[in-house]
Amino acid sequence: MSTGRTLRQQEGRAGLVLISPTLIITLVVVVVPLLWAIMLAFQDARLINIRRVGIFGNYTLENFTYVISEPGFWSSLVNTLVYTVAGTALSIVIGLVAALALRDKFAGRTLVRASILIPYVAPVVAVAFLWETMLNPQYGIVNTWLREPIAFLTQARGEFLGIQVPVALLTVIAFEAWRYFPFAFLFILARLQALPAELDEAAVVDGATPTQRFRYVIMPQLWRIIALLSVLRFVFTFTKFDDVYLLTGGGAGTEVVSVRVYNFLTARDDIGASAAQAIVLAVVLVVFLILYLRFFSGGEREQE
Amino acid sequence: MSRDSFERILFRYLKPLVILVLFVVTAFPFFYMVMLSVRDIQELILDPGSLWPSSFTLDTYVNVLTRQGFLTFMRNSAIIAVASVAFTLLISIPGAYAVARLRFFGRRQVHFLFLAVYLFPAIVLAIPLFVLFTMLGLRGSLVGLILVYIAQTVPVTVYMLRNYFETVPQSVEEAAAIDGCTRLSTIWRVVLPLSKPALMATGLYAFMIAWNEFLFALLFLVERRDSWTVSLGLSQLAGSIEIPTTVLMAGSVVLTLPIVIVFFASERLLTEGLTAGAEKG
Repeated sequence: MSTGRTLRQQEGRAGLVLISPTLIITLVVVVVPLLWAIMLAFQDARLINIRRVGIFGNYTLENFTYVISEPGFWSSLVNTLVYTVAGTALSIVIGLVAALALRDKFAGRTLVRASILIPYVAPVVAVAFLWETMLNPQYGIVNTWLREPIAFLTQARGEFLGIQVPVALLTVIAFEAWRYFPFAFLFILARLQALPAELDEAAVVDGATPTQRFRYVIMPQLWRIIALLSVLRFVFTFTKFDDVYLLTGGGAGTEVVSVRVYNFLTARDDIGASAAQAIVLAVVLVVFLILYLRFFSGGEREQE
Repeated sequence: MSRDSFERILFRYLKPLVILVLFVVTAFPFFYMVMLSVRDIQELILDPGSLWPSSFTLDTYVNVLTRQGFLTFMRNSAIIAVASVAFTLLISIPGAYAVARLRFFGRRQVHFLFLAVYLFPAIVLAIPLFVLFTMLGLRGSLVGLILVYIAQTVPVTVYMLRNYFETVPQSVEEAAAIDGCTRLSTIWRVVLPLSKPALMATGLYAFMIAWNEFLFALLFLVERRDSWTVSLGLSQLAGSIEIPTTVLMAGSVVLTLPIVIVFFASERLLTEGLTAGAEKG
């Protein structure tokens, strides 16, 4: 090894060699396809003529104008936003409540904890199908408890206490909250258990009531993890495909952008329009992320 | 009554109630799933409200495993999951070691790349990969799917392993180096044996992703029934009228059970590995 290289250089070379498999696979399967997706979005690419689409093809903005003017695009973007915001907020709130309730030891805690985590670890296909069966208007268990059967997943609008409500959209939001609150629960519980007990004890001594302790002692220490969870869940939900596709197929007023992307790709074989739509989705996501970081950048800066 | 004692009493009753509700809401659907899977479809149609079947039957499982082909689907899923785990570990162990221990050009940027991949929307990737696999005639092959799963899990596994490798004392490694170990044999003989819990957690995470994944399986495999995974098989058969719901519920149990077993065998390891970064922010 004494070819005149310093130890530091050797270390640098070894580091690059060891990291290269990781870099290669992410480049080949993530970065290059991303660039290609961007290229496809600016070309007239269909499955039939795909071999003629090259790097030097005709770049146009046609896909974007087509996609945006197509009926259903804006409503799907609104659906995506409503679904994401409501799903994210609900899953975090329920996760927080669960973490607070399960914080102290009690008989059967292991069992309850295990049960709470199942919705998150179970395969999405199985749980979506399970919900579909439970909510089925003919033989589903939920409808046998109701006075009048409700078609939860196929009915776009319904009346509840005299107000018009989007039934199917609310159902997929409930599913989202049910399936992902364990994720928030895990992270918040881990944070809660890492909190120093002295602060809480001091607050008890000072005569703080339980809600005051929550408000002034516990919450201030949870904000950062909740902010992180909000970003993670927002990003994951905004581009989520499987849950909505499996539950409703995008019908009954639940079409989200990712389901449209899939339909353009497979049902219409319109690769260009599909890619353009996916890029619009990703750009909207990035805009939201930048806005978010602007508002919360104070908390982020102290990280590094 | 003071506000303090009022709140204490309130929460004393509220807490068990919340726990009970959470337990019922999460456990009941799975109980219902198992109960439906062991009853006859006639009974379900006649009496949909009953939870306990009047007679138990395992015909549903025989049907789903043999006639509907779930044995083949299980085999495909198992191949995909095991191969994903093996290659994910093979790739992320050296990567994580490099990030944890070695100073090299671009080390800081690597974190950013991993975060980007972790947050990257799968639906955007799905398009070019679908086109590529169509062009190469690879649709229906399991290899392509395994590649995608590795790429999706590696960023997280490198991160999880790195956190753990950093806790291995550097002095142990230096001692091994003085004893004449090369870098690779130090990793193999010193770092890995000390990191068994992290390796388990990482492998299980990769297994869960590969076993549960749906979108790419749908895009790549849908045209070839004999290469369907369990997830894909269940979703494709769920729409047909000929197959009774109870049989499909048996399929759901078959799909869910392996992952639940794997998860609970390793719950503590896995959740610690995943949430370890949470404390840092």
